[in-house]
Amino acid sequence: MDKEFPLARVRETAATGGRGFRGWWARAAELGWTALLAPEELGGGSVSGEGVRDLALLAETLGESVAPGALLATNIVLAGLVAAQADGGDHAAVIRELVGGASIATWAVYEPGRPWEPLEPGLAATPVADGHRLNGVKDRVELAGEADLFLVTADTGEGVAQFLVPADAGGITVRPQWSLDLARPFGEVRFDDVLVRPRALVGAVGSGAVVARQARIAGVLQCAEICGGLDRVFEMTTRWAADRHSFGRPLDSYQALKHRFADMRTWLEACHATTQAAAAAVQEHSPDADLAVSVAKSFVGDRSLRILQDCVQLHGGIGVTWEHDLHLYLRRATVDRALYGTPEDHRRRLADLTLS
Amino acid sequence: MVTENPAAESVESFRLRARAWLAENMRRPVEGESGRKTAEEEDWRRARELQRRLYEGGFAGICFPREYGGLGLSPAHQRAFTEEADGYEMPLLLNIPTFAICAATILDMGGEDQKRERIGAAIRGEEVLCQFLSEPGGGSDLAGLITRADRDGDGWVVNGAKTWSTWAYAADWALCLARTDWDAPKHRGLTMFLMPTKAPGVTMRRVRMVDGSDEFCEEFFDNVVLPASAVVGEVNGGWTVASRQLVHEKTAVGGGSPYVSGRLRHGGLRWEDLPEVARVTGRVDDPAVREEIGEWVAMSHVRDQLIERVSRSIGDGVLPPAATAFMRLFSAEASQAANDAMLRIAGPAAVVGGVDEPGLGRLVGVRQLMRQESSLGGGSTEISRNIISERVLGMPREYAADRDVPFREVRRGRGADERRA
Repeated sequence: MDKEFPLARVRETAATGGRGFRGWWARAAELGWTALLAPEELGGGSVSGEGVRDLALLAETLGESVAPGALLATNIVLAGLVAAQADGGDHAAVIRELVGGASIATWAVYEPGRPWEPLEPGLAATPVADGHRLNGVKDRVELAGEADLFLVTADTGEGVAQFLVPADAGGITVRPQWSLDLARPFGEVRFDDVLVRPRALVGAVGSGAVVARQARIAGVLQCAEICGGLDRVFEMTTRWAADRHSFGRPLDSYQALKHRFADMRTWLEACHATTQAAAAAVQEHSPDADLAVSVAKSFVGDRSLRILQDCVQLHGGIGVTWEHDLHLYLRRATVDRALYGTPEDHRRRLADLTLS
Repeated sequence: MVTENPAAESVESFRLRARAWLAENMRRPVEGESGRKTAEEEDWRRARELQRRLYEGGFAGICFPREYGGLGLSPAHQRAFTEEADGYEMPLLLNIPTFAICAATILDMGGEDQKRERIGAAIRGEEVLCQFLSEPGGGSDLAGLITRADRDGDGWVVNGAKTWSTWAYAADWALCLARTDWDAPKHRGLTMFLMPTKAPGVTMRRVRMVDGSDEFCEEFFDNVVLPASAVVGEVNGGWTVASRQLVHEKTAVGGGSPYVSGRLRHGGLRWEDLPEVARVTGRVDDPAVREEIGEWVAMSHVRDQLIERVSRSIGDGVLPPAATAFMRLFSAEASQAANDAMLRIAGPAAVVGGVDEPGLGRLVGVRQLMRQESSLGGGSTEISRNIISERVLGMPREYAADRDVPFREVRRGRGADERRA
């Protein structure tokens, strides 16, 4: 990863708004970055047989290098497509394409002005003779301008449903949105009378199970990505504190600073612990998987920013300069914290899950 | 060290056997019965009786070796038993310090006779163990202690004072650390002894805490005579023993000890307490309160996940033993976060109770008075932070004025000098 995508290249990508990774993505797919959630008969597979955990490790690696790419976007969609295979509907061809890296896909779930409510979409899917017509707007769609396919969560009037829609379908308009993460672009996607055929349906109408699976995978991958970034930043900061001298002694000889490092190191360990526990619970389809993901996302989402901001503080003024790499990590973690459920959303969810 | 019995039965089989045995032999206590921090004679009699019952049923000392009266099984067996025992009346009073700290230390550092006699008796419910470590004149600087043991023929005579000895009044034996060489630097002149708590010359006083509990004791030694066989480890090698003891203590306080049987309450708190406070105050549907509850649910899970990960990593050699300080530090944080959340949710109900009873006052208000207990007991969190930064992260060590200086020449605070040699 360091060779393929050093931080200097992340900055170059930033200049193009996080685009221009497609050539590299095909090689990532060859390395198996898209294969872990898909079954072998559809071109996927994981050596350890634990695809979710392996994918979380990959996301950590990605986080260490804050690289662009479609690891989150494509794998979230793959999780949904693979889970939906069980409900009939055959998306084998698309799965093969995504696994092969020829196509990338992204989940269109958020809607303008609305919070994280994946099971209550406002975008209308109106039944017509030969399928559905989609009308509405999605936003905060990762890689909206790059994706070949959108997985659109919509309301059919008879319950939530998801449709796989090619980005070049008639009636779709994509506009880029400003993104805090220089290497991870987002966009608004407008659907005006977009016709989708019955075979575009992913999973059964009215069943939230596939949506929930996508949300769980999203949460695990975000936490893992944050953990990778935290590892790298913490290492950078401890090295800095050992090298830098003030008043004739190294920064890391001051007890006031040592104690902050001790807190951060403890929280870092806790971030890894809860992320791995969430990955394991999702891997095993545990009945507590939703709980485990919300525990991890609510904890890692907040704690990571405390750690990162303290690392900025310990760097001194250079920590808030454009040329220092810290902000690349801070941007990624802040974006991960906010999307697919904020820590506050996940805390309310935990209360719902435990106060029944 | 936990030594495993290679021919051990599988965890699942052990679990099923434990489930059946517990249902047949142990009692489910009534709600609200446990969790007290003041245990009287009757509770101790009961704890010994329950321990005896576990022993006779073949479920005592699960991770202790068979030759010392245990079962020689793995921490996974112990975890399974603890899960099955949840909800049953268990001799929880014996977990800390008897098994998790004292017996564990004797197992690592004691002589054959000491291991066989003390660990065996504890597993059979016949004896309770405690620690005589801290002193009235010393805080975190344990090695600066001034209780002295002087040679007298083959044996020793002990004089001095100890404090913060948990449950000492109920104990039979104590691991007592004393100074045996005043010309050596502080860590190198200490010796660990096994002292009968009822020996002539030992006077004990209970220390009352702000919440009314009195689990701690203070002891005074006036020419207490001990035989040569009372020494644990080497003469003047007491710091090595104490270091093992402190690791066991941190592990136990952090919640990661394989020698603990039955569910421990972390800092006396359970996450279920928080929703209960919300229900009693009628705020369970308040979104802000639900976020507080969710945050504490997360914290309590993360604490358990951290303990599991760190215990495994230390076992695998991925992290040094000093990493037990992670568990200790995070457990304190989680406990205090819960105290604070409860105080916010309870509002005025935490400080003014009902007409006849304290209501939430006892659960929330008084607990707030003891909030710092979780970052003080078992060594302050400031020391944990030193340990993590120096021994896990390898940062420079703090300056110590007493390093490599004969202890006799080390400056001590007022009061301490009155007792010095």
